[in-house]
Amino acid sequence: MRTLHTFHGGIHPPEHKAESNAQPIVQAPVSKRLTVSLRQHMGTPAKPLVQVGDKVLKGQMIGEPAGFLSAAVHAPTSGTVIAVEPMAVPHPSGLPDLCVEIEADGEDRWIDHAPIDYQTAPTQAVLDHIRNCGVVGLGGAVFPTHIKLGVQGQLDTLVINAAECEPWITSDDRLMRERADEIVQGIEILQHLLQPKATLVGIEDNKPEAVSAMKQAAAGKAIEILAVPTLYPTGGEKQLIKILTGKEVPSGGRPYQIGVVCTNVATVYTVHRAVNHGEPMISRVVTITGNVKQPGNFEARIGTPLDDLLALAGGALPDTNRYIMGGPMMGMPLPDSGYHVQKGSNCFIAASDALFPPEPAAMPCTRCTHCAEACPVGLRPYELQWFIRGKNFDKARTYNVFDCIECGCCSYVCSSNIPLVQYFRYAKSELMERDREKRAAEMARQRSELKQQRLEREKAEKAAKLAAAAAAKSESPEEKAAKQAAIAAAVERAKAKKAEGDAAPEAPAETIKEEA
Amino acid sequence: MSSPHIFEGHGVSGTMFRVMAALVPGIVFYVIAFGPSILISLTIASLTALAVEAAMIRLRAYPVKPFVTDGSVLLTAWLLALSIPPMSPWWLIVVGTVIAVVFAKHLFGGLGNNLFNPAMVGFAALMISFPAYMTHWPAPTVLAGVHLGFGDQLAYMLTGALPAGMEVDAINMATPLDTLKTQLHLHHTVSEVLQMPIFDVIGGKGSMWIAAMYLLGGIYLWRARIISLHIPLAFLGGLFLMGAFFYLKDADHYVAPWFHLATGGTMLGAFFIATDPVTAAATPRGKLIFGFAAGALTYVIRVLGGYPDGVAFSVLILNAFVPLIDTYTQPRVFGHLKNEEASK
Ligand code: SF4
Ligand code: SF4
Repeated sequence: MRTLHTFHGGIHPPEHKAESNAQPIVQAPVSKRLTVSLRQHMGTPAKPLVQVGDKVLKGQMIGEPAGFLSAAVHAPTSGTVIAVEPMAVPHPSGLPDLCVEIEADGEDRWIDHAPIDYQTAPTQAVLDHIRNCGVVGLGGAVFPTHIKLGVQGQLDTLVINAAECEPWITSDDRLMRERADEIVQGIEILQHLLQPKATLVGIEDNKPEAVSAMKQAAAGKAIEILAVPTLYPTGGEKQLIKILTGKEVPSGGRPYQIGVVCTNVATVYTVHRAVNHGEPMISRVVTITGNVKQPGNFEARIGTPLDDLLALAGGALPDTNRYIMGGPMMGMPLPDSGYHVQKGSNCFIAASDALFPPEPAAMPCTRCTHCAEACPVGLRPYELQWFIRGKNFDKARTYNVFDCIECGCCSYVCSSNIPLVQYFRYAKSELMERDREKRAAEMARQRSELKQQRLEREKAEKAAKLAAAAAAKSESPEEKAAKQAAIAAAVERAKAKKAEGDAAPEAPAETIKEEA
Repeated sequence: MSSPHIFEGHGVSGTMFRVMAALVPGIVFYVIAFGPSILISLTIASLTALAVEAAMIRLRAYPVKPFVTDGSVLLTAWLLALSIPPMSPWWLIVVGTVIAVVFAKHLFGGLGNNLFNPAMVGFAALMISFPAYMTHWPAPTVLAGVHLGFGDQLAYMLTGALPAGMEVDAINMATPLDTLKTQLHLHHTVSEVLQMPIFDVIGGKGSMWIAAMYLLGGIYLWRARIISLHIPLAFLGGLFLMGAFFYLKDADHYVAPWFHLATGGTMLGAFFIATDPVTAAATPRGKLIFGFAAGALTYVIRVLGGYPDGVAFSVLILNAFVPLIDTYTQPRVFGHLKNEEASK
């Protein structure tokens, strides 16, 4: 038996899994119109490949990865492109983003499937395939999967994150109960690519059916299925790695630095569909729950309007006044239902004030330290909020505000109802803004130095030219010789200046280009 | 509105009122042991505290309702009333409460900002200014020569007048801790002194049971996750170890350590006063240091100092060290090798 480890803090919010965890995954019908965002992953948005009026097939690439940290986007069904323009997307900024809107033709006609034999194909080809199939992390961070799987060097442990620790969400639970075999096939692809010494699947013990389904599917394979204690935020990447391996990812670092790669279970399933079946990522399992008539789990195409899914769940109840994408601890608030399924949408919760009472007005901090006891990172939120309210951001940095994973435990327990996480987000963005300004100021300084050098160089060159002209006019050989010497000296000076000017500013000039 | 979207916090008032509820069993046994006068002091302190708090909040232009009803000032009033002699004159209670609320709380910035425990500041100020009144403890009803009813006690507290023909000495008595100290000075041994009727199995008659009820209330606070056990256990441990050290050295002159746990303000101090979150240390190790030092210091002041009890002064002294303690006991942050930020 593998011994499990623990992390500091954590909370036990009401689970609310029973509302939807008994509902099998239902195929959602293809909506009439699908709105596919080109920024469904961390990194650069995909570059649109289609124009209004284009006919597309199901699975056809409509956005190509732009650069290394990017992922492809595909048409979720066959039909006609009717818009390529900024539309409302669930993004923290609240700003509209470039989307492709497709009117379905009802035929749902596939492109030709192109699976890849990962056993024989070179690793890079498999990674490229995954990249071109638009696979990203489905646990929430939507990090492009091919980058994660492309790490170099000896790997100790492959961790499959199936904790699903957020309340209300049951999409991974259902996926494991119903498609454990395919998940295991996906894990085998990852094992082939990464060659880990051990493969550990962490599932919270409030999902016994998923645990046994996975155990059955993994029987006889080098995959360990581990039931971990239910405690939010066990599904946090660094927390789960700590629980399963006892190792801590260094502050500001990534798991591969300690020989670990951690991937969400739904992502693994998607890798399997992409590699073994040649299906790009065009659908995912979404839990629709909360203030709806009949909560459930639906396999929906990317771009499906939230309204259509709500209708499948019997409709939102009348007192619904907002929605949450994701779980109640870290999910994104949506003011209305005018949004669409994203690759990262594991759940939509219809919210009412009765079901999700607004937080009471904040009172001053009494230093009760409940927040520090709950923080899985070991931060002291009460100190941080004190510094941040005093605009002492540097102190907040010293007290490790950048280690905050925004899990929300502190806000959840705060006995004075202080919106702590909001303070920390504010402080982080404020500090990042300052760092940017500092860099910009540094660059401006270098730029003005460059300009100064250029002006001096030009002046010297001009002086040299003038001297030469004057020398041409002069008569006496003595004068001529003296002037020639002067010219030579001036030219030398100019050359020296030029050399100096050329050599020094190389690096900063590069930086400027990159920043712009 | 942003994440998280769910909350568990009971609000400041929820916390404060549950702490007050935890005091109720102790108060019930207080009434049994010393008569109803404690209810009168609690009422006077509460009314004064609410009035002064409302005035201060208005003066500082804060929203009156949420701040006056947060319960914090009532808890301060209760802790003060429970710390001073129960049959104190009304003005003593009022003065103590005003000092606690105005000086110790609001002049430091109000809820959450005060460095020193307000109730203990009130107590210390009274102890220094009116030592005679602060050592006038009524005898437990089982021992008192005469019995005072509710009306008699109320009249005494408001006017200082006793029923005709009754002497103050008939109702007052030194506390168990005081008695022990005086008698030891008179060169009696501990075992001789403990034969006196004021003492029970451990601690004093009546007050032993009050202490037991405070302990019960403290356990409730721990189970309800309002306090952690760091401070109370370290406090009791500090007091006990000091007591044990002297007891083992000379059992004739130093009473057994468990006696110290059951007398004076020990249990109230350990679970309700030293744990005041605003003024106590906040890091886990800091809480242990804070509690242990306060407990040990309580012993020193009790046994070697001139005051009958040491809880208030030791807590106040430790309050002053909290910023230092917290700075040097910062816990390690996930993914960091050690607490690098501590010394910055
Ligand atoms: S949100 Fe940040 S500070 Fe709060 S508990 Fe989570 S990690 Fe700690
Ligand atoms: S939980 Fe809230 S009130 Fe308690 S210490 Fe933390 S920030 Fe302060």
